[in-house]
Amino acid sequence: MNLDLNEEQSLIRATAREFAAAELEPVAAAFDRGEQQELFLENLGKLAELGFMGLNVKGEYGGSEAGVIAFSVALTEIARACSSTAVTVSVNNMVCEVIQAVGSEEQRRSYIPRICSGEYLAGAFALTETGAGSDPAALTTVAVKDGDDWILNGSKIFITSAPYAGVFVVWAVTDRTAPKGKGISCFLVEAGTPGCLVGRAEEKLGQHASATNEVLFQDCRVPGSALMGRLNDGFRVAVGELAGGRIGIGSLGLGIGLAAIEAAGRYALERKQFGRSISDFQAIQWKIADAATELEAARLLLMNAAFRKEQGRSFAKEASMAKLFATEAANRACYEALQIFGGYGYTTDFPAERYSRDVRLTTIYEGTSEIQRLIIAREVLRSYA
Amino acid sequence: METYPSLNFQLGDTVDLIRSTVRDFALAEIAPRATEIDQNNAFPPDLWEKMGALGLLGITVAEEFGGADMGYLEHVVVMEEISRASASVGLSYGAHSNLCVNQIHRNGNAEQKKRYLPKLVSGEHVGALAMSEVGSGSDVVSMRLRADKRGDHYLLNGHKMWITNGPDADTLVVYAKTDMDAGPHGITAFIIEKEFPGFSTSQKLDKLGMRGSNTCELVFKNCEVPEENVLGDVGKGVRVLMSGLDYERVVLSGGPIGIMAACMDVVLPYLHERKQFGYAIGEFQLMQGKMADMYTTMNACRAYVYAVARDLGSGSSRKDAAGAILYSAERATWMALEAIQCLGGNGYINEYPTGRLLRDAKLYEIGAGTSEIRRMLIGRELFNETA
Repeated sequence: MNLDLNEEQSLIRATAREFAAAELEPVAAAFDRGEQQELFLENLGKLAELGFMGLNVKGEYGGSEAGVIAFSVALTEIARACSSTAVTVSVNNMVCEVIQAVGSEEQRRSYIPRICSGEYLAGAFALTETGAGSDPAALTTVAVKDGDDWILNGSKIFITSAPYAGVFVVWAVTDRTAPKGKGISCFLVEAGTPGCLVGRAEEKLGQHASATNEVLFQDCRVPGSALMGRLNDGFRVAVGELAGGRIGIGSLGLGIGLAAIEAAGRYALERKQFGRSISDFQAIQWKIADAATELEAARLLLMNAAFRKEQGRSFAKEASMAKLFATEAANRACYEALQIFGGYGYTTDFPAERYSRDVRLTTIYEGTSEIQRLIIAREVLRSYA
Repeated sequence: METYPSLNFQLGDTVDLIRSTVRDFALAEIAPRATEIDQNNAFPPDLWEKMGALGLLGITVAEEFGGADMGYLEHVVVMEEISRASASVGLSYGAHSNLCVNQIHRNGNAEQKKRYLPKLVSGEHVGALAMSEVGSGSDVVSMRLRADKRGDHYLLNGHKMWITNGPDADTLVVYAKTDMDAGPHGITAFIIEKEFPGFSTSQKLDKLGMRGSNTCELVFKNCEVPEENVLGDVGKGVRVLMSGLDYERVVLSGGPIGIMAACMDVVLPYLHERKQFGYAIGEFQLMQGKMADMYTTMNACRAYVYAVARDLGSGSSRKDAAGAILYSAERATWMALEAIQCLGGNGYINEYPTGRLLRDAKLYEIGAGTSEIRRMLIGRELFNETA
């Protein structure tokens, strides 16, 4: 058993850390205020150049071929500085991986290199709808065959990166007579396709810099070659890819938690009350000890899930466990960090309030904590049956 | 606001009447503006006159000064119902009606009460109280604002930080050191008017939540305060301060309880409306479990807070005053987080009020004493009482 990162993984982590410290950390608060959107996008291009948009993608498609552990540690480092950037990177990787997993050779060669190189600043994963969140099989966007083409109609919500995505992976019902979840297919829709419209931007509690929009399909015509994977097999694909995405979001949550507790720890060393640094008080020490312990446990769970995926073993249960624990631990760490900052933590002069707003989303997107528990329980119970 | 059968706490007809009056008022006048107040980070001054006209600004003040001459239980319930509609209006209300008004009423002489209370109670004036400084938060006795006697007045020099209602206040209760070397016994309370020469406020703070309840730094540069504006006795400010904190903790506990009620108001209808897997999500045991925990927690907090409020003034209950706000504040943050979770993706976007409820709730674990200080007070008092 070896828990150390190998040389390549260490190098990727160091590169991510350096980039995050130099390019993201100084501007993350401005991004949060809605400023410097251009710089946010410019950074995505730089991250693509560094190879971060296809970490677990084969070299022949422009990926880094560095594996899932490298993906996890890179995400954590980026999220320590800017979770909005991190979620964009996570989704880009997921889009590349889904195309690599089920796309045709032509689809792989046409889209993955564009995302990995930064030619497309982002790819988008368009699954969720107003009435289909935790229950994605309830989606109602439809694709109807018209000659060789497909015509898409419906709307998707909460779509990360929609305004600057070059391509959308879109799930739609292709067989309305099939039982729920069985008649869904997956399409690749290029941005700018007539009838594919990016709608209203959501105003969110946190992660302000990453765009979250509605995406509308109004008689959107795509060629037959836009179908990805087998007809009516799209739901299985979606569910499979979400498991990989969970390692990304768990790693992202871990990064926010680590950033929060580090900032609070440094503050506790400096802040004097009752004639001493508040880090001398046990009440503060306990908070730091609990957060550090939980985040370390989260890291190990994430490494385990990433390792299993990298080895080609089953990893859905482990990814759900890691995502559930890491994001809930990160939430606790951020709120305790804010508390350690006291009155200053409640002001925007310090980053604790931003971390605590950003972290809240991590137990919701890529499957809520409730859904993770359902998945875990189902797998565990199946093993006893 | 959602109405559903709930436990009758047997608080009495007067309290029930006040609750329904304030609820109606808050529903009509405050709740529709809560989102806007948060978004614009702007204090709604017009509400002060309306609350004054309704008699809400001087709940614990004697009738001769325009007050309602009632107790802390009534005050908690008013605080709860206002906060249910808008937690930031609730906070400003609490700072005005308890921190400032009640302190002047409890500690002021006849002349001071006659001079300051009627306008504060009518809503013509806004009130505040100033204790914390940049370097003096939890360790309040280490404050550095100094007051030097010069003939028939004092000259105040220094700063106060995180002052609720600071940017809007006409009348402020301010603690300063009249003797820098006497530790807690060098503290004196003063009543400051915003027009006093040498008094100013700096830019209001940009906060995570409680937006619209304005907070700022106060600046004193040779601020001239007449000696008749000493509140209580010179050097006895720490007693004014510490006893005031007991009342403050209990009345402000109505804030977190109101936020909890607001969480229920959002979550209950949503669990009926939102359908997934072919059912209203309230049909699922996971969501029923959340509802049950939220409802039970809210009523447990209410029971504790109401019991402490009813007893306040008769018995000594510092540890319970601290306990009431410690528990209700932490549970309110937890509850707002659960409310977000119940709404899933919708809980995270600003079209729904859950994000605001969370941002607002967190304040009560910090303002008016952090959770850590409350635990220290309770633990220390219990330990000493059992020595």
